[in-house]
Amino acid sequence: MNGQPSVLEVKGLTTQFSNRKNRSVTVVDGVDFHVKKGETLGIVGESGCGKSVTSLSIMRLLGKNGKVTSGSVRFEGQETLTLTEQEMRKLRGNRLAMIFQEPMTSLNPVLTIGRQIGEVLQLHTSLGQEERKRRVIELLTLVGIPRAADVYREHPHRLSGGMRQRVMIAMAMACQPQLLIADEPTTALDVTIQAQMLGLIRDMRDNTGMAVMLITHDLGVVAEMCDRVLVMYAGQVIESADVRTLLRNPKHPYTMGLIRSVPHQAKGVKWLYAIPGNVPSPGEWPQGCRFAARCSEAMPICQEQCPSLMKMEDGSECRCWLHVPGTEGGERP
Amino acid sequence: MSKPILEIKGLKKHFASKKGWFQPATYVQAVNGIDLTVYEGETLSIVGESGCGKSTTGRCLLRLLEPTSGEVWYRGQDLTKLSSKEMREKRSDLQIVFQDPFATLNPKLTIRSILEEPLIAQKVPRDKRAQIIEETVQIVGLTIAHLDRYPHQFSGGQRQRIGIARALMLRPQLIVADEPVSALDVSIQSQILNLLQDLQEQFGMTYIFISHDLGVVEHISDRVAVMYLGEIVELGRKEDLFKTPLHPYTQALISAIPVTDPDEKKERIILQGDLPSPANPPTGCRFHPRCHACMDICKTEVPKETFIAGQMVRCHLYEAKKES
Repeated sequence: MNGQPSVLEVKGLTTQFSNRKNRSVTVVDGVDFHVKKGETLGIVGESGCGKSVTSLSIMRLLGKNGKVTSGSVRFEGQETLTLTEQEMRKLRGNRLAMIFQEPMTSLNPVLTIGRQIGEVLQLHTSLGQEERKRRVIELLTLVGIPRAADVYREHPHRLSGGMRQRVMIAMAMACQPQLLIADEPTTALDVTIQAQMLGLIRDMRDNTGMAVMLITHDLGVVAEMCDRVLVMYAGQVIESADVRTLLRNPKHPYTMGLIRSVPHQAKGVKWLYAIPGNVPSPGEWPQGCRFAARCSEAMPICQEQCPSLMKMEDGSECRCWLHVPGTEGGERP
Repeated sequence: MSKPILEIKGLKKHFASKKGWFQPATYVQAVNGIDLTVYEGETLSIVGESGCGKSTTGRCLLRLLEPTSGEVWYRGQDLTKLSSKEMREKRSDLQIVFQDPFATLNPKLTIRSILEEPLIAQKVPRDKRAQIIEETVQIVGLTIAHLDRYPHQFSGGQRQRIGIARALMLRPQLIVADEPVSALDVSIQSQILNLLQDLQEQFGMTYIFISHDLGVVEHISDRVAVMYLGEIVELGRKEDLFKTPLHPYTQALISAIPVTDPDEKKERIILQGDLPSPANPPTGCRFHPRCHACMDICKTEVPKETFIAGQMVRCHLYEAKKES
């Protein structure tokens, strides 16, 4: 997969939100990554660490209060942050698609399923009405919806959670996107339905060669789906590696803690490993390493200076003083 | 084995759903005849997908919902026969922790007043209340300084600690924990699970732990009951159930847990379709339309309880085997 060109390249992405008092708070702080063709990149981290805001920044769906203040997002070689809203609209739902955690809040409750998926085709293709209908039914069948012709005429409330998420996937796939951003696509679903959904996304990826950016907090889902993984904490990337290296040989104490806290992993252990404390909210990030307050390995230097993302020998990257050569208990200036 | 603390016999809860004035009401069979014995000091988990009736069961046990029929025996008394006044007194023994602590904490009350409410309801004298409150917040890992704050000032994990403290105020014998960690991140989830286990050791409580997350259930339980469409389809000790799941549904559930090892390729049973509506359950075995081992008999006849080495299972596969 190394030879493949990057579909998406994000450099130094920084996003701020302004609150009522017009004070701005940084939520995503200098995030760099890329996604290659046909690859699945996982972004993991706890709630409040900036995963979703990263994806919304790429889609330019931040709303009134949010703003990308610096950085660059290149999609298929083209800078998207400087595109006009009209040009961006041509991209969204067409070459660049997204599915969200809660399908019911993303579907319009008063429009039929057929109309909503048809809308995507109407905007981005020159298909006529009859052809659109045929294509929508084809898509619904493709994502495994039984009675596709009936579902075409139905409203979202008639469908179960799993079915709604299938409709969302059908909608995202309508124009065969180059990149699918899936933001916690299975978090609201039961395990058995989750297994169906992950299988579906995987098949779609293998058949069309699209790239997938999968945002999740579930390391099990990561192990099953991803090629490479990015771990985020308090708005920063703190570790990135291919999936095997990350799960087998994690480097950052936060990643290790996350892996050790998975209950299924801890067979026969009475007490689970728990990371003490909480993720600091944006605006309350400490000056040094943002994880230092919860870290069992913290040294004096961690409180003072934020480490940079360092390249490791095995090709992974890690933001931790433990892995900076020459750092011992903060003797370095 | 220790003494039973709670015995549930034939518990049913049907919700009437009326379509129109002159049409007969249809019934959603949320819980359809559950028999279950809970022993003192154990953690019994109830697992299943959403809509299988696990939360309804939990609420019926405490009579937060009135069961349609059936008996719930707690220490020699049938809870379903008690008057509401008698039941209120019993509630100091039986408490519940909910999933979303934010939805169940009154945003206008300070933590102190929230925690005081159960004490007022049970007529604990005023001079004792402050002491119990201060003692309990420290047990759940908060400080006395937190008492005068409001729920919105706390993070999700801390709110769940408050929810647990509230359930703990009257030092109950049994706690129904209804998805207590589902809304939390993994690192916070393990803090709360450890707290629950710690409290159980300290106070010798019994837990009924309701969850859809098999990873969590595997960690915390002594015994596990698997529910499907209002019925218990398998019940057994945790070790047995996870090692040799008997019911095809349990097998599918366990095989669907994503593992954090990219190279562990397991045989996965992917269930087709969704949970059918409990208003119109399938005939025969309720699981048969999604079952990979479905036989003709499953479509027409309801399977009976079969016991195999202490594990209870409701499936025709094992009934036939036992007879032959």
